[in-house]
Amino acid sequence: MAAAPDSADSSKGGSLIGWIDQRFPLTKLWREQASEYYVPKNFNFWYYFGVLSLVVLVNQLVTGIFLTMNYKPSSAEAFSSVEYIMRDVNWGWLIRYLHSTGASAFFIVIYLHMFRSLLYGSHRKPRELIWIFGCLIFVLLMAEGFMGYVLPWGNMSYWGAQVIVSLFGSLPVVGQSLVEWIRGDYYIADATLNRFFALHVAALPLALVFLVIAHLMALHEVGSNNPDGIDIKKYKDAQGHPLDGIPFHPYYTVKDLVGLAGFLLLFCGVIFFAPTFGGLFLEAPNFEPANALQTPPHIAPVWYFTPFYAMLRAVPSFAGTQVWGVLVMGASIVVLFFLPWLDRSPVRSIRYRGPIYKIMLTIFTVSFIALGVCGVKPPSGIYPMLARVCTILYFAFFLLMPWYTSIESVKPVPERVTGHA
Amino acid sequence: MLKSWILMTVALLGSGTVLAEEGDIALLQSGADIRNTDSLQRGARNFMNYCSGCHSLKYLRYNRLAADLKIPESQLAGNLMFTTDKPFDTVNSAMPKDSESWFGKQPPDLSLMARARGVDYLYSYMKGFYVDKTRPWGVNNLYLPSSAMPDVLADLHGLQKPVFKNEPDDHGSARMVLVGVDPMTPGAMKPEEYDQFVRDTANFLDYAGEPVKAQRQSMGIFVTLFLLVFFVFAYLLKKEYWKDVH
Repeated sequence: MAAAPDSADSSKGGSLIGWIDQRFPLTKLWREQASEYYVPKNFNFWYYFGVLSLVVLVNQLVTGIFLTMNYKPSSAEAFSSVEYIMRDVNWGWLIRYLHSTGASAFFIVIYLHMFRSLLYGSHRKPRELIWIFGCLIFVLLMAEGFMGYVLPWGNMSYWGAQVIVSLFGSLPVVGQSLVEWIRGDYYIADATLNRFFALHVAALPLALVFLVIAHLMALHEVGSNNPDGIDIKKYKDAQGHPLDGIPFHPYYTVKDLVGLAGFLLLFCGVIFFAPTFGGLFLEAPNFEPANALQTPPHIAPVWYFTPFYAMLRAVPSFAGTQVWGVLVMGASIVVLFFLPWLDRSPVRSIRYRGPIYKIMLTIFTVSFIALGVCGVKPPSGIYPMLARVCTILYFAFFLLMPWYTSIESVKPVPERVTGHA
Repeated sequence: MLKSWILMTVALLGSGTVLAEEGDIALLQSGADIRNTDSLQRGARNFMNYCSGCHSLKYLRYNRLAADLKIPESQLAGNLMFTTDKPFDTVNSAMPKDSESWFGKQPPDLSLMARARGVDYLYSYMKGFYVDKTRPWGVNNLYLPSSAMPDVLADLHGLQKPVFKNEPDDHGSARMVLVGVDPMTPGAMKPEEYDQFVRDTANFLDYAGEPVKAQRQSMGIFVTLFLLVFFVFAYLLKKEYWKDVH
């Protein structure tokens, strides 16, 4: 690959690259997407999480393939086959921990990646489609994570699936039939495990990969935003390159290598020293096989769903149905899609916004984390009330956004980007 | 991690309301260490002699155990293999299929009990039996109320009696709450000896829950060191490339 950018033009007849270039736009792609793809030079810490989510995706795909070689998607064998992987398959324990820790890591980097957007307005015009593709990836990832969690067929897998699938049952009229259709049986059973396996290893990863490609194509079409939230294409040099831009390769490939090393230090720290992460990444009841007759003492979804699960539980039943909680939980995801149009501020970056947005973003972030804690804890004590307050604050951040972003005064935005990391 | 185990054990005592009222029996600290091979060997001996009659370790193979615990295969058959004769077999119990009628439930497989409940729970459980004439086997357990298991280790540690404390309920009426156990009759072992016996056994079960654990942790140190070096070189490379960005 290293020789490609330099030797391509001159060698269009002789070399292997030249031979390929006449038949496939290899050098052209490399230039357009990497060596001559200009990126703002002032990216900071928050800009690592895009590439890291790509790294985790590849990790999940590769380790997932190897797990599939030994995993048995049947209710009789699934649990034992996971233990077989952990004990008898060479390096199976490492592959399994890479995959199970990777699932949690995926959500950590995705949440931070999305938060970056809230900081610097990366979802604003002309990047609305990048944001929407991203939201779709997030939704698919949640489905992928949920179905993956069912596969080990531990007791928490079973009861987690029971609770989550039952949610659909609260929908009026179609509810019960829908639940049966999803389960493929009258309860969570072998048929459910089989179809979740099919969706988890084939359908959803395929859709995810296509969406990630669309996400990146849309990004490379309009170019990256940056911490100043300004357009770098305004000032260009004689060759037409942005003055504040640098080629993605080699500058950001080497910089991302540093971010990758930092990420791997934390990631491998979990894998080798705390793979269950205190019962958050792998829950203790899931080391007991699925048992339809015995519920775990406290059913909670994996940590990355808990903010949304807390919202579900926060809404009391009304008019004899629980459907309102389900609708609120659905709305908490749907509202994300509208973010580009809810934000009316004349500036993109938080650096040039007034105090109101900063306060609202802080409240939102604290509420989201508090909701996550509420979702892990049993619904007693202060938690139900805390969850209700935080649910309101979560929605307030989005629904009041058109108002508070349009009334507040902003600071003047610089013409050129300020500094680089 | 300990906290969630306590929470779970406590939750096992009953519903959420009970949890808040009388669920304050904290687990004992086992002090088990999976890197202590001597302790693991003693634990394996204890398990095979006292537990394997009823409890299986259906995911653990004898030869894996022998390799990890540095037990020569020549000693394996004579000292540890009582229920089977092939070293590559997993540790099965001697219980027949219909044994459910013996105790009211099949004695659980213990392969993953340490991962599901924690090593401190296992340690506490083996020290938590007390005399309770209302139970079928005459004993109950402080850490798993109404446990179906008889106190098979009673000969070793002697009988224990429950300790109650008067804790008036919300309405002020007297209520006796179980808070602990006290020795009643002496056993074949001194208390410290029995503690060590239980610690070794719990330690062995912790090993059985994840045989690769010790290897994983020592490997993790080298992985971390490698990544630290990689981080430094990646950083220097980045510095070098970015010299011309102004």
